[in-house]
Amino acid sequence: MTAQANQTSTGTVPAIELRAATKRFRTPSGGIYTALRELDLTVAPGEFCAVVGPTGCGKSTTLSLVSGLEPASRGETLIHGEPVTGIDRRVGFMFQTDAVFPWKPVLDNVAAGPRFRGVGKREAVDKARDWLRRVGLSGFEDRLPHQLSGGMRKRVALAQTLINEPEILLMDEPFSALDVQTRQIVQDELLSLWELTRPAVVFVTHDLDEAIALADKVVVLTVGPGTVKDTFAIDLPRPRRVRDIRFHPHFVELYERIWTSLRDEVRLAYARTVGEPPRPEPAEDQPRTDDTIGQPR
Amino acid sequence: MTTTAPVPPTVDDTDAAELMRAARSGRRRRRLLVLSAQLALVVLVVGGWQLASAQGVLDSFTYGSPSGVVDQLRTWFTQGASTGSIWHNIGVTMEETVLGFLIGTLSGVVLGIALGRIHALAEVMAPFIKAGNSIPRVVLGSMFIIWFGLGPSGKVALAVVLVFFSVFFNAFQGTREVDRDLIANARILGASEWQVTSQVVLPSAMTWIVASLHAAFGFALIGAIVGEVLGAQAGLGQLIQQAQGNFNANGVYAGIIIIAVLALAAEFLITRFEKRVLRWRPTQLSGDTAGL
Repeated sequence: MTAQANQTSTGTVPAIELRAATKRFRTPSGGIYTALRELDLTVAPGEFCAVVGPTGCGKSTTLSLVSGLEPASRGETLIHGEPVTGIDRRVGFMFQTDAVFPWKPVLDNVAAGPRFRGVGKREAVDKARDWLRRVGLSGFEDRLPHQLSGGMRKRVALAQTLINEPEILLMDEPFSALDVQTRQIVQDELLSLWELTRPAVVFVTHDLDEAIALADKVVVLTVGPGTVKDTFAIDLPRPRRVRDIRFHPHFVELYERIWTSLRDEVRLAYARTVGEPPRPEPAEDQPRTDDTIGQPR
Repeated sequence: MTTTAPVPPTVDDTDAAELMRAARSGRRRRRLLVLSAQLALVVLVVGGWQLASAQGVLDSFTYGSPSGVVDQLRTWFTQGASTGSIWHNIGVTMEETVLGFLIGTLSGVVLGIALGRIHALAEVMAPFIKAGNSIPRVVLGSMFIIWFGLGPSGKVALAVVLVFFSVFFNAFQGTREVDRDLIANARILGASEWQVTSQVVLPSAMTWIVASLHAAFGFALIGAIVGEVLGAQAGLGQLIQQAQGNFNANGVYAGIIIIAVLALAAEFLITRFEKRVLRWRPTQLSGDTAGL
């Protein structure tokens, strides 16, 4: 499953490619924290790739490298064969937290992407209405985010991201805050929307059920500093319904195989949190390079 | 099932209406109680003061009296003060205050956000800002009189300096506290640095900025009044200063009352502005804290 192998097997340039990517952060206390070590990852155009791993293994860091929010300390990040130098227009990102703008009504939130990119007001609003219809939020155009339920806010975020028609869609545990029933509904909606434009997806999650149900490929990361431990092809039939696919006999079999791989890492990570009290557990999103500069006085 | 369903809700409705009525009358009674207590307090203090000065317990020359204050106010509003009509004096003070408030707020917001966004700039400016903030601003009033003379510009300058720091620190802190995911989201959606600043950082920091405006208007008023007390040709501070020179206690009180009314009116306007700007927030935290 190296980059070269994948490239020759599909015969096309991969949508996303990480080559021996290493990411180090300066921690607020002045130390160095290695989040990723020599990580190789390839995602073909239109492929749905889920990344699972224990807490603090650098799952989110992988996404910030691909998005261009953070540069790699060493190694290469490529999008469609070109090195990433900054934020790429072809990338969409869905955050774990509610990153919709709380002061903008739903319609303006969805229209924000095109507006930022210089599309005229009327055109952007028309497009936003269209996307709101697709995520089932027609009639909620004038609501503010806090007036919506968690599931509806996620759908706003989904429309906000997809309206830019990204070729690469990065998702950082986007549904982890939702209750199980709502999550299944939004997952199904994600799959049907993904079928429309077929971006290459990197979907970070800690939920193995979710990873298998959604993805074409599940990548297991080791305990931090994270690197790829195993890659599993998910050859379940599409189109899928998240609730039904869980009872597919092959699903259970895949779950067992991937869990065997993941289990050791999860145990190691857990042992770290309880076994070494003096060393603070590095939360995935905690170490940020600029945290040490100019602390508020 | 569906045919019997309408019956229970009507029972519920009457119950709910009953509850609502009870709650409403309870609230009204409570409000009445508070209002009468407040009225009693005013009568007690003002009446006691009037009585004490009339009986000679309090020396009315030194401590003034409510009727004297009313007389003074009537004189000011009917005949004007020695420096012109009372409205002219109020106008001068308000002009200085509002101008100082606007200039100070604007510069505080701009510089606060700039320093909050640009770390290098913050590092360079930090010692100067700290030094500037450590100076008791009122002493600058003397400097401004030398620079600008007795006209309004010196008072405006003093108000600006006072307002600036209070707004600046809030704008700076508010900029630092902006959710990083919101900024990252805007950048990935395609926002330029300027768009991030104007469409994400500014609205987000607005919560902090608006919170500082209440104090800032008070500071602007202090700046204008203190400036006038230090030396001026007109204004409420100058009236108070003049009354003090004449040992006119009632004149000082009358000036204070006018200033308090102006400050409360401004506070009302700022609260309305705050509600308008922050209406996207789920709860209006400000202004609801027991009415204080």
